[in-house]
Amino acid sequence: MMEGPAPTSEGRLHDPVAHDSAHKHVAGTAVYIDDMVEPTGTLHACLGLAERAHAEIVAMDLSAVAEAQGVVAVLTAADIPGANDVSPTGKNDDPVFAEGAVEFHGQPIFAVIGETREAARRAVSRAVIGYRDLPHVTDVSDALERVLPHVTEPLTLSRGDIAAALAAAPRRLDGRMRIGGQDHFYLEGQIAMAVPGEDDDVLVHSSTQHPSEVQHMVAHVLGVPSNAVTVEVRRMGGAFGGKETQGNLFAAVAAVAAKRLGRPVKIRPDRDDDMVATGKRHDFLVDYAVGYDDDGRIHAVDAQFAARCGFSADLSGPVTDRALFHADNAYYYPAVRLASRPMKTNTVSNTAFRGFGGPQGVIAAERIIAEIAHALGRDPLEIRKANFYGEPGRDVTPYHQTVEDNILPRLISELETSAGYHERRAEIVAENARGGVIRRGIALTPVKFGISFTATWYNQAGALVHVYRDGSVHLNHGGTEMGQGLFTKVAQVAADCFGIPLDRVKITATTTGKVPNTSATAASSGSDLNGMAAQDACEQIRRRLTAFAAEKWAVPEDEVVFEPGAVRVGAERIAFPDLIEAAYMARVHLSAAGFYKTPGIHWDRAAGKGKPFFYFAYGAAVSEVRIDTLTGEYIVDRVDILHDVGRSLNPAIDRGQVEGGFIQGMGWLTTEELWWDDAGRLRTHAPSTYKIPLASDVPRVFNVTLAEWSENPARTIRRSKAVGEPPLMLAASVLEALSMAAGSCGPHFPHLDPPATPEAVLMACERARGGP
Amino acid sequence: MSQIHVTTKINGDETEFLCGPEETLLDVLRDHLGMTGTKEGCGTGDCGACSVTVDGRLVCSCLMLGAEAEGHEIGTIEGVAKGDELHPVQKKFLDHAALQCGICTPGFLVAAKALLDRTLEPTEEEVRYWLAGNLCRCTGYDKIVRAVMDTAAELRGA
Ligand code: FES
Ligand code: FES
Repeated sequence: MMEGPAPTSEGRLHDPVAHDSAHKHVAGTAVYIDDMVEPTGTLHACLGLAERAHAEIVAMDLSAVAEAQGVVAVLTAADIPGANDVSPTGKNDDPVFAEGAVEFHGQPIFAVIGETREAARRAVSRAVIGYRDLPHVTDVSDALERVLPHVTEPLTLSRGDIAAALAAAPRRLDGRMRIGGQDHFYLEGQIAMAVPGEDDDVLVHSSTQHPSEVQHMVAHVLGVPSNAVTVEVRRMGGAFGGKETQGNLFAAVAAVAAKRLGRPVKIRPDRDDDMVATGKRHDFLVDYAVGYDDDGRIHAVDAQFAARCGFSADLSGPVTDRALFHADNAYYYPAVRLASRPMKTNTVSNTAFRGFGGPQGVIAAERIIAEIAHALGRDPLEIRKANFYGEPGRDVTPYHQTVEDNILPRLISELETSAGYHERRAEIVAENARGGVIRRGIALTPVKFGISFTATWYNQAGALVHVYRDGSVHLNHGGTEMGQGLFTKVAQVAADCFGIPLDRVKITATTTGKVPNTSATAASSGSDLNGMAAQDACEQIRRRLTAFAAEKWAVPEDEVVFEPGAVRVGAERIAFPDLIEAAYMARVHLSAAGFYKTPGIHWDRAAGKGKPFFYFAYGAAVSEVRIDTLTGEYIVDRVDILHDVGRSLNPAIDRGQVEGGFIQGMGWLTTEELWWDDAGRLRTHAPSTYKIPLASDVPRVFNVTLAEWSENPARTIRRSKAVGEPPLMLAASVLEALSMAAGSCGPHFPHLDPPATPEAVLMACERARGGP
Repeated sequence: MSQIHVTTKINGDETEFLCGPEETLLDVLRDHLGMTGTKEGCGTGDCGACSVTVDGRLVCSCLMLGAEAEGHEIGTIEGVAKGDELHPVQKKFLDHAALQCGICTPGFLVAAKALLDRTLEPTEEEVRYWLAGNLCRCTGYDKIVRAVMDTAAELRGA
């Protein structure tokens, strides 16, 4: 399919086709849930949130709320017909409405249903709730000190004799690192609209990455079977993991209210409530001991990853697991012990966020490398290279999977050259040595990211394809569209399979009514899984068409070929719609359900061994920064990226993921600071105080290249690789470059922990000089 | 609550509406006039998703009362294209793949057009700082900036 330059309007596979909704996006006509025409009589819900971090509820008087103008109903835990729980892992620790006690500041206690959104919001403040305060812990180091419980079972990965290897290593360092959390700041906030149907039925429009889970949760909360609930989503205005489980509560509230009142109910929290009441990226406290030698080769790593999980488990188990899975980043640790500590805290329950714990592991690995390089007075890149996974004997991860597809050596050497890393670094080192207020830094960091859900059963997907009599195709699959271009990619697969133009394939909203029991669109796996499922469905239909055409035109089956534009049958070329009409008249079944499950992966959590990942995606970035050592302010001047997406299904979309992921990672590591006060209140709960990158903050020189030579050795959809999460971790290069710049102020290691706000950079400069 | 009668021009069309005294222009556009291309990202003037023009000036419609529109000319995303013919900046957003989830896109386009209506010779720094009031969480901005620069070049006839 690569031969010849295909016009992009044809939408061939591997072409840079525009996002399927791009035209609607620029015209302002793309419909998000809040844009849908509200059915007559739609009511609006608003949550009442806890005003204590940890307290018993001793009294609750909602009468003034109920009497407020425009209020139709007030719902509390007592009004939930089924289970008061939306725990995605079945732990029964995630109430829809707090009952008896509250466990974080901002926890939902009740909901007001009003004729208008404004009426509901105003009424909320009339609630009178009496609390008896209990001791609260918001910080993970306090949680460790006071030995608070784990919210979920911790994990240990180990290989080799760690104590002996640490003792025998010629050099050793011990350290502690804090890694900040991150709010998703999807521009479209959480939203759900529930429309009641007959009997127990309800239709929920939910901005979710996981319609099947919302369906099951809503059914659980309503106390009805799953077949009464249909969940649908056409598109989200961003999600990034923040809509993997966090939409459950909103959908449940809307559904309970809709069924109770017999009217459609919409719930859309304002930005502040959204940021206060929904989970974020986990922040971590990492304690590490590393044994290494004079060449900078690592002998042993012993590390503990403690995470602020919040009041409930949510996805903290798999998130903290994945932090361990990526605590090696791209490096071989001959002896290793990695332990997770998923700590309970009185904060909102942290959740999935692009990278799913992996980025925190990667950042810790890069910190260890930088610290070794500092101790040895070497370029950190040399230390990185000395520790890459390599030949047999140096190719096994801490979870006992062998790394067989490592392309980092080639990737790094190409990037070193194209970015002029060595010349630029030499020049920067020389300039910093001359002193001055402005210091510069440059760093090249790699990423190796394991692709697959570590919960092996999630690695399955379904699709539904219909071909209508006119040859147009209806495509549906379990993946959701959050801006990542999944729908476009999967439609390209379908169009390619039949040899028809992309505009003959109708991409339809994800709905639990068409494809059941789907997995979250997450773990970067959307195209891998749904592309394969769609291909399976298309191939079933194609096989039936092939058999039919072979018989009708009396040619061998291998002479029926679906070419772009037409189907070749023997010497004849038949237009696709004509073939379909003929097949219909001959009673050929023109619809198919496709299915896919990732082969060859397995994971034994208790043993800490297995092959949890189908393959790895790789990338590397060079970032250059300038800091003002008097204020800590900085500029990221230039970034060069070389990223591996295998054989790209759509280079325009993949490049967008790389750029956007990098900048989002840069925000996480630099300006985005979550800050809780002593009372346990999140004080950075709006864009006025929580700073994501702006157009004026991003690098002026931003060279992004896809490694065109890469082809996935694993049998993925057309040998492409997943791209959603891995690029986020390329931003480690920004943090490391800032660390180098700050470190140039003195002889000491600057210990620059993310987020590297200007304040943190200023303090790192002080530490380099020998300050605290 | 008594409703206020407002007469205004939206995208060149004479428009009258009734709104509550506390309703923002954003509420009016989205909820009363069905013009949902203008989005709410924060409601506090910090994200630019609700960008409109008022007499040609770029404004966050979440920070302006509907009643304040009286006698003014409002421009929204729905008026950026002329019928089916996209504005050059809209086309460039398509060419440069300058969008992902698309929910910030209307705000960026309204803001970019407001800039291009003032000058066809913006420097890249001007574009970056002009658009610094518009948040995008998906794209990383590079393609957006390129698209706007490219539009300016095309409109200059360069
Ligand atoms: S909604 Fe108006 S600036 Fe964010
Ligand atoms: S494209 Fe999603 S916020 Fe900009």
